[in-house]
Amino acid sequence: MEKIATRISYGNALNELIKKRPDLFVLDSDVSCATMTNIFGKENPDRHFNCGIQECNMLGVAAGIASTGRLVFASAFAMFAAGRAYEIVRNSIGYPRLNVKIGATHAGISVGEDGASHQCCEDIALMRTIPGMTVINPADDVEAKAAVLAMADFEGPAYLRFGRLPVPVFNNPDTYKFEVGKGVTLKEGGDITIIATGLLVYPAVEAAEELAKEGVNARVINIHTIKPLDEELVIKAARETGKIVVAEEHSVIGGLGSAVAETVSEKCPVPVIKLGVNDTYGHSGPALQLLEEFGLTTNGIIEKVKKALNK
Amino acid sequence: MDNEIKKRLEITAVKVRMGIIEGVYNAKAGHPGGSLSIADVMTYLYFSLMNADPAVPQKADRDRFVLSKGHTAPCLYSILAHRGFFPADELKTLRKLGSRLQGHPVMDKIPGVDMSTGSLGQGISAACGMALSGKVSGDSYRVYTILGDGEIQEGMVWEAAMFAAHYKLDNLCAIVDNNGLQIDGKIDDVMSPYPIDEKFRAFGWNVICIDAHDFGQIEKAFIEAESKKGQPTVIIQKSIKGKGVSFMEDKANWHGAAPNDEQYGIAMSELKAELERLED
Repeated sequence: MEKIATRISYGNALNELIKKRPDLFVLDSDVSCATMTNIFGKENPDRHFNCGIQECNMLGVAAGIASTGRLVFASAFAMFAAGRAYEIVRNSIGYPRLNVKIGATHAGISVGEDGASHQCCEDIALMRTIPGMTVINPADDVEAKAAVLAMADFEGPAYLRFGRLPVPVFNNPDTYKFEVGKGVTLKEGGDITIIATGLLVYPAVEAAEELAKEGVNARVINIHTIKPLDEELVIKAARETGKIVVAEEHSVIGGLGSAVAETVSEKCPVPVIKLGVNDTYGHSGPALQLLEEFGLTTNGIIEKVKKALNK
Repeated sequence: MDNEIKKRLEITAVKVRMGIIEGVYNAKAGHPGGSLSIADVMTYLYFSLMNADPAVPQKADRDRFVLSKGHTAPCLYSILAHRGFFPADELKTLRKLGSRLQGHPVMDKIPGVDMSTGSLGQGISAACGMALSGKVSGDSYRVYTILGDGEIQEGMVWEAAMFAAHYKLDNLCAIVDNNGLQIDGKIDDVMSPYPIDEKFRAFGWNVICIDAHDFGQIEKAFIEAESKKGQPTVIIQKSIKGKGVSFMEDKANWHGAAPNDEQYGIAMSELKAELERLED
């Protein structure tokens, strides 16, 4: 299966987006060759603005552009867009509900060799707490492109999370439909539900296939929009399968696992087992080996499912 | 500046100051000192310079204003009320439950407010975004933003200063209100931002220094700012915190305190006397 990093999908999709929205501004913070907005910059040099290494000002500038009614994407590594600039996002973008799209790349430990200072596993938690913020974490090239294009006529602040590591392109570009806030059921099943997001969605599908060989019929749900969460789909899964495993490349505190647990604990209490980064920092190393070490793999998901089922 | 026009602006500025005192007194909280120090420049912006229409607050070609020192909202609200964006009576609801007039300005609640501010250092970045958007798109509007002299201790201000010069945002004009005081005392005791003019010059800005309470100098500065091409302009205005109310002038403790009944009475009678003197 072909592998593409969703940051590349992001850069490519911006070139499509400007055809729908010629008013598009793309801002970057001296990492356009890493966030891949340089793909856009090469074709649209007069719409691409480098802000230098100043994420806070960039997001404030984005707020100002949005206030004039034009569409703007601001790009940085997740660590600095959601982390360093959190309060600017909260006060200058979130509070006035401005139409700023934040393109955050290099999320999670799969950043790899740069190590913990650049491996942001807290961004979903941070962005999710901002009232009115939409949080999207696409799983592959097809979904990432569709998410960016969906922003053409989606009004309001949104945080889009992309990865550095090439990941399998498992969605069919001819049939895939993206809808903000709607989860995607990839496999039906009645014994347990695996809810995954981002680069753990495909491993979740693989895990379900392996588990099927052992007689476990797992449902697989892809949650690309973490906020607003598709509560209906999650509650249905809780009711029909009784147990949920959530897999994400993010801290187990505050991410999709927390969002799912918050929802089911109030509306349909069932056990929720979280697979993620266990309240710790990452470190340097090749991305795939790090994912292995942190258990963010097909086998890691299978283990959690077996634990949930006491197998 | 024509003497008649000057007198008219001076009269308006006193009324704006009365609105500030009215708001803060009724709220029993707020920031009178820094509101009073910018009352003259704000009066010039909204009653002489800026393209603003209370009947169509959102019109696309309006000049933009960002109160980067958002805690001086009482002045912005008084200005907007006197300019007809909302009834002056509403000033009494400042900071109260259910009021649109939040402690710091909110763009999607109050007509005439172009940017939500309050967290220091952020307004100038938003102003840069408005200026860039307009410049790239060939819009005619200009962008004005007022910063506090304490506010420029925030590092983000200098990110924005670098950005504005880099993108040659000559449709942007910043005003630094140099009243010399912040909550904890004198700005040069707390964390000196001086020399303010040389810092902005080094960042590539056109710098103009004026007396904040002289409409002639204010007008001259803005005319120069508008004619300067290829560079953003900063007007550093030497002001008196609490200007217009004798016991508030140049006192740091009036940064964020409201007058009691007696102080309110004295403040209003001083301002009324000044108004009568000017209208005489």
